[in-house]
Amino acid sequence: MTHPDFLWRDPDPRPAYDVVIVGGGGHGLATAYYLARDHGITNVAVLEKGWLAGGNMARNTTIIRSNYLWDESAALYEHSLRLWEGLSDELGYDLQFSQRGVLNLAHSVADVREGRRRVNANRLNGIDAEWLDAAEVKKFCPVLDVSGSARHPVLGATLQRRGGIAKHDHVAWALARRADAYGIDLIQDCEVTGFEITGGRVRAVRTSRGRIAAGKVALAAAGHTSVLAGHAGLRLPLQSHPLQALVSELLEPVLDCVVMSNAVHVYVSQAHKGELVMGAGIDACNSYGQRGAFHVIEAQMAAALELFPIFSRVRVLRTWAGVVDVSPDASPIIGPTPVDGLYVNAGWGTGGFKATPGAGSVYAHTIAHGVPHPLAEPFALERFATGALIDEHGAAAVAH
Amino acid sequence: MMLIPCPHCGPRDENEFRYGGQAGVAYPGTPAELTDDEWAGYVFRRDNPKGWFHERWYHVHGCRVWFTVERHTVTHEIRDAPS
Ligand SMILES: Cc1cc2nc3c(=O)[nH]c(=O)nc-3n(C[C@H](O)[C@H](O)[C@H](O)COP(=O)(O)OP(=O)(O)OC[C@H]3O[C@@H](n4cnc5c(N)ncnc54)[C@H](O)[C@@H]3O)c2cc1C
Ligand SMILES: [Zn+2]
Repeated sequence: MTHPDFLWRDPDPRPAYDVVIVGGGGHGLATAYYLARDHGITNVAVLEKGWLAGGNMARNTTIIRSNYLWDESAALYEHSLRLWEGLSDELGYDLQFSQRGVLNLAHSVADVREGRRRVNANRLNGIDAEWLDAAEVKKFCPVLDVSGSARHPVLGATLQRRGGIAKHDHVAWALARRADAYGIDLIQDCEVTGFEITGGRVRAVRTSRGRIAAGKVALAAAGHTSVLAGHAGLRLPLQSHPLQALVSELLEPVLDCVVMSNAVHVYVSQAHKGELVMGAGIDACNSYGQRGAFHVIEAQMAAALELFPIFSRVRVLRTWAGVVDVSPDASPIIGPTPVDGLYVNAGWGTGGFKATPGAGSVYAHTIAHGVPHPLAEPFALERFATGALIDEHGAAAVAH
Repeated sequence: MMLIPCPHCGPRDENEFRYGGQAGVAYPGTPAELTDDEWAGYVFRRDNPKGWFHERWYHVHGCRVWFTVERHTVTHEIRDAPS
């Protein structure tokens, strides 16, 4: 058997680049791609301490939607969803992007009010959103228990039909292949251990593979952003937590939409291959351990079985965790930092996969122009001092 | 699941506790003189080390006492527990 063609080179670092991106996950790769595609900036390196897209990009449950409550978030996530809609064709790679519909269940009168409010807010922002009552939910997703006697009664749900899932590995590989074709160096096994900052400006990064000079440095390091920012003397409003997920053994097709329940912290979809993919909320304590506690999985499975009694005999194949960077308002931080030439894209926490193309495109713009892209502007660091938070804890409680 | 040493009840399962984040965050001594950014620091910015971390736990399903431990955020080892 011959080895298939490699999708990207595996270059050694050169001594200097115009832009050095720290972190080769989905956001780092997308940022590199859009720097080249939209701004003609190709003297770029993406530095990854492990292997490409082996962090949260490899670990997430791939839910994509744009039905966020506030105008700022809706605009950013909808920008991303529109990019998703053309991305397979554009990258020449089947991303298995499937707009199968995302349900967010309401289990209480308060949930119903929040859900209806979000549907209205979404519509005002030109985002497709529908409110389904319990009978309509049952029709859309027959395997859900919507009977009045259920432990978590389903009183209704919001539905975004354009939401869905994609194959995360394909997304990373497709972006990497295109970035590489533009001449961008994707450098693995290269950990950034510090920065050279003189006169308030970043000049170079120190790495496990030597010093690399940089015109600009762009962080895209997800759960490790605080550690990196600390090397640059910055203290960011981020906390790193484990976020766990699991898959079942392979099943025949049984669930053809995404079901999320914020109140009971569980969400489920069925991947193309056939496994049920389920996720929970974060583990409460700070951790960089890439593992979580079993009681979190247990609670999540208990809730899932109440919602889907038909899954009671399904076996868990494997569980895992990523390290997610959670911000105080559950919204990302995108933009310049107090260090000239140093940019940050972080705080996507539990929900940044869906933003991969959107974040990449607005971050690339911000880096190229040195000022925030209009869609990124409200997400700048300053909001924590001005108080203009974008609080997505409410309606989107589990912000996957 | 971690075993967390409650100063009153001894080692108990993690799911009996609620997490309280960084320990020792003091209310500003001169609140009227703080800038907006200093307030942002007090309200929003916390240490987030990869390593040893002083943090608060609350034995909510037990004796309901708040206490501080030193825990490693990679290994989850607790070394400086209250006596
Ligand atoms: C279990 C789980 C489920 C999730 N489910 C969803 C979901 O359904 N929908 C959704 O939208 N989002 C979801 N997310 C969130 C999403 O995965 C993240 O928000 C997103 O992947 C973060 O961006 P990224 O891909 O660039 O991160 P990552 O892939 O983590 O990339 C960051 C990279 O930086 C590298 N790095 C860190 N420090 C250094 C250093 N010093 N030097 C060099 N490189 C470094 C890391 O090795 C890593 O590869 C989920 C996350 C998890 C963990
Ligand atoms: Zn106790």
